[in-house]
Amino acid sequence: MTTTPDKAAAAAAAPATEMATATAAAKADVAHVTEPRARFRDLVAAEWIKLWSLRSNTWAFVIGALAVIGFNVGSAWDTYRYWTAQDARSRAGFVRDGIPLSIAFTANAAMILMLALSAIGATAIVGEYRTGMIRTTFTAVPARRSVMAAKVCVVTAVTTVFGAVVAAASFGLTQAVLSGRHIGVPIDHPGALRVIVASALLAPVSALLGMALGTLIRHSAATMTANVVILLLLPLVFSADRHWAALVDHALPTGAWIRLVDVDQQAVAYPWTLTGAWTVYALWALAAAAVAVTSVQRRDQ
Amino acid sequence: MIEVNELTKRYGGTTAVDHLSFTVRPGHVTGFLGPNGAGKSTTLRLVLGLNDPTGGSVTIDGRRFRDRPRGLRHVGALLDAHEVHGGRSALAHLTVLARSNRIPRRRVDEVLEEVGLAGARRRRIGGFSLGMRQRLGIAGALLGDPPVLLFDEPLNGLDPEGVKWLRGLFHRLAAEGRTVLVSSHLMSEMENTADQLVVIGRGRLIAAESLTEFAARGTRPTVTVRTPDPAALTALLTGAGAAVRQDTDSLTVTGMDADRIGELALRHGVLLRQLTTRTASLEEAFMELTADSVEYLAGESR
Repeated sequence: MTTTPDKAAAAAAAPATEMATATAAAKADVAHVTEPRARFRDLVAAEWIKLWSLRSNTWAFVIGALAVIGFNVGSAWDTYRYWTAQDARSRAGFVRDGIPLSIAFTANAAMILMLALSAIGATAIVGEYRTGMIRTTFTAVPARRSVMAAKVCVVTAVTTVFGAVVAAASFGLTQAVLSGRHIGVPIDHPGALRVIVASALLAPVSALLGMALGTLIRHSAATMTANVVILLLLPLVFSADRHWAALVDHALPTGAWIRLVDVDQQAVAYPWTLTGAWTVYALWALAAAAVAVTSVQRRDQ
Repeated sequence: MIEVNELTKRYGGTTAVDHLSFTVRPGHVTGFLGPNGAGKSTTLRLVLGLNDPTGGSVTIDGRRFRDRPRGLRHVGALLDAHEVHGGRSALAHLTVLARSNRIPRRRVDEVLEEVGLAGARRRRIGGFSLGMRQRLGIAGALLGDPPVLLFDEPLNGLDPEGVKWLRGLFHRLAAEGRTVLVSSHLMSEMENTADQLVVIGRGRLIAAESLTEFAARGTRPTVTVRTPDPAALTALLTGAGAAVRQDTDSLTVTGMDADRIGELALRHGVLLRQLTTRTASLEEAFMELTADSVEYLAGESR
């Protein structure tokens, strides 16, 4: 099967009978398909290559990381720059109020992280629908749910690592800057690890949400709008000072992140538990993964 | 072998494929023909299980294609050369497909070589011409060395050299005992490509037979005659049972061959200036049949 076009053309010019004789031996083999056992990890490997063979994905991750870390370090720098208190008591109060940890991962940085990662997650599937690649994919692998499950695995793994790197780097750099004023905290400071983990996991939760919406909607612009509505708009609409609105707010990924990084337990009208917030994270991730995997099965591609 | 049985697909109120039944056998290049919008692409998507039929069924080598966990070793398909991600290189695209089906890496190099894209393997697909994309799609179809191959309009965008190469490839694949289905909306493309035909119009089967049978079906030979005295010749020929149509400077005769016309003219002393037999081309046979089907369907109440 290493014929060049020229040779193939020459072969075509040969009389048909001659060709039939030459290939008669091959005939018997053709009908009988020998196939190695189908393995899920081959699909994971294929999705891995798919993700990294697009330069735009690499750039999205690099720029997203720089933007998030930049926002956090910028806040720390501001605090360092305009720090005027000289006495040890105000420094202790600053740490006691949990401000070093709120600078370790700011709300602005979380917003950028959610937008960037939901876009990356959405692109992983919308990119296939936009180009029509999805039909090539599902023709090569008719087991559609397996393909989507592999995609979910790769996106979850990559974005979790991304989140961990970004959150850890943000913590390290911001506290290093604050240490210049003796107001940084170490990683074993109460709540520090929770801020890092909650912010890191915001990445896969957002990416999975984007992917689920992308699988349902199949169009880039509409998917991004839906991402923004769920991650940014709804938390604004459902403020936490009425009971029913607080319930909705608590059920959103953004509300869960705010609860998890709220280390000093500010007084709120309707407090809720950390376990509750972790559960909200888990449920969004699981539900999004389930939607992405199952919704391709029955619809025409 | 592809077996299509009473296949039907409706989108809302429109019926794209209507109780379609045909069989595509191994060892032949089968042309899948129909005018634009006849339902060819929809049928191919149904065959590949990308779309679910409203009714009927289709199997490839006895099984629904969608029930197979991996597809490339069973069916190679080129549906639309644009259905690839332009951001990847040809090599990355094929590597993804090969990896998902556990096909060794060296096979990617083999098919790239075979379709003549080895030199462009690291270039982004986005910069490829349509002809190069067609070659890439064909490379993807060949990856799994499958017994069944489907190509939707594969000759589009290929230069004459490419068309010649691809015809040679189809013939070779069929000679190896594979099932090869090639769709087109141009009969002229199929004339030197296919030996079997499946012709559809408005989602319905018009013909499923060999190219020779199909050609014979639509052929109505006509004879063009020029004479200085058309009125006399017309009277003479119609009197002998032929149908004659008067054109600007010639007569078109059907139902009588050129020999007989010449004989009659000689016997009655009518001067002939031209006597030419025209057989309808395959293209005309195709146009005639599909046009008939369209009229027939339009007049029907269902």
